[in-house]
Amino acid sequence: MARIEFKSVSKSFSRQSRTFFWQFLRDILYGRPANSIDVLGNVSFSIGRGESVGVIGPNGAGKSTLLSLVAGLTVPDSGSVHVEGRVSALMELGAGFHPDLTGRENLRINAALLGFTPSEIDEATPRIIDFSGLGDFIDEPLRTYSTGMNMRLGFSVAVHGRPDILLIDEVLAVGDQEFQGKCFDRLDTIRETGTILLCVSHMPQLLARLCGRVIWIESGRLLGDGPAAEVLTAYRDRPMAEVGQAQ
Amino acid sequence: MFNHNTTFLLASLVMRDFKIRYRNMSLGVFWSLLNPLVMMAVLTFVFTRIFPNPSTPTVHVSILSGLVVFNFFSLCWSSGTTSLLQNASLVKKVPLPRVLIPISTVLANTIHFLIQIALLVLLVLVSGYPITRHWIWLPYVFAMELVFVCGLCLATSALDVYFRDVRYIVESTNTLMFWLIPVVYSFSMIPERFHFLYWYNPVAAVVIACRYILLDAVSPPPETILKLTLVSVAFLAAGYACFRRLSHRFADYL
Repeated sequence: MARIEFKSVSKSFSRQSRTFFWQFLRDILYGRPANSIDVLGNVSFSIGRGESVGVIGPNGAGKSTLLSLVAGLTVPDSGSVHVEGRVSALMELGAGFHPDLTGRENLRINAALLGFTPSEIDEATPRIIDFSGLGDFIDEPLRTYSTGMNMRLGFSVAVHGRPDILLIDEVLAVGDQEFQGKCFDRLDTIRETGTILLCVSHMPQLLARLCGRVIWIESGRLLGDGPAAEVLTAYRDRPMAEVGQAQ
Repeated sequence: MFNHNTTFLLASLVMRDFKIRYRNMSLGVFWSLLNPLVMMAVLTFVFTRIFPNPSTPTVHVSILSGLVVFNFFSLCWSSGTTSLLQNASLVKKVPLPRVLIPISTVLANTIHFLIQIALLVLLVLVSGYPITRHWIWLPYVFAMELVFVCGLCLATSALDVYFRDVRYIVESTNTLMFWLIPVVYSFSMIPERFHFLYWYNPVAAVVIACRYILLDAVSPPPETILKLTLVSVAFLAAGYACFRRLSHRFADYL
């Protein structure tokens, strides 16, 4: 059963760019960095099976941190994060890609990192290659690929897994219009199977296309949570914060 | 939360490392053999012509056995230590059991090491030493070296995330280690009161055990095996505990 639940989650980062020994000891012993910036403060929400939820907010609002918490990449300072189900985190396209390996080799490693089992990889490989539209290029080294081809491969792998929860961080604006449309259709199909979709973006039109529900975060606070159209309108109409204030 | 098929993921990461290393080299695996052979030739020259050492008639075999064991250790330790930083994007962006990153780096080097072991065995046989039943100890002592270096790498790689100075400490220690393990000298030349330094150093113990097995055709003393095992396993346990404790905030510091 797929479920995500945040209860009064707070998270901060160390302000210091360099770590000194005593400070490190303090961080480890007290579990919270000294001299820190709050990234998320007292955030609570829950997401159930088959929901497609967007997270909107300006740069530095804490959106990616929220996703990292769901993926278990980092831990909250206080509050609890509860995640049930197999998570596939698309925090960047092509995790583990290496330019000297061929498209096919990179595909396999990337799929393994996204949580595919060996049999799932074998079964999905032809469909992934077909979806990417790379054709014979799949057996060429990745360094011969254009940026667009690289992203196509990364995205094609990501949307062929069978996760219970799919996290997508700002990686949707890839490829040309046609490929993007194909990706959106594919995500709709995935959602229909009951997968939770959690997408982060600062582009309202993108979330309006994909998500039924939107969470609005700004300066680490939850400012809105509800039907996509409502929250996105409120977000568009908000008074403009000055750059940097969101920090 | 980490519901990956862990073994498969580990194997994928090891193969990735291995493929990347050899992909663009026209001589490929040959480089794994050339380095120890050249070192062996130079050290043999120094320790037979400049500082003659009468303890063994086959200095070159003795030196190569020390070199292969030492190279494996130092290469694994230095590359394992920086592995988390080298793979920072994986640590930050991909939910996978993080221990797999230093461990896969060490295992990729192990493949490299197996090629050098083959070279050592070949040289031993060519030099006229027989294959004996005591050779069954070889895989065991090498496995213990692997256990020891994995433990060290878990601790130092985790610390390196927080203090980038750790890698320099590791490099310096490696240089010291070359002289603290019997690569260019034999164990019998060491004054007795320093022996304990060697018995409790797993890398030295592996070199000594190797020479017992390959050159003297006897099993290593049970005491050596016992100390090697205890120290290596203790390091692995401590390294893992250290890694677990430090891994929570990796993503925040990379």
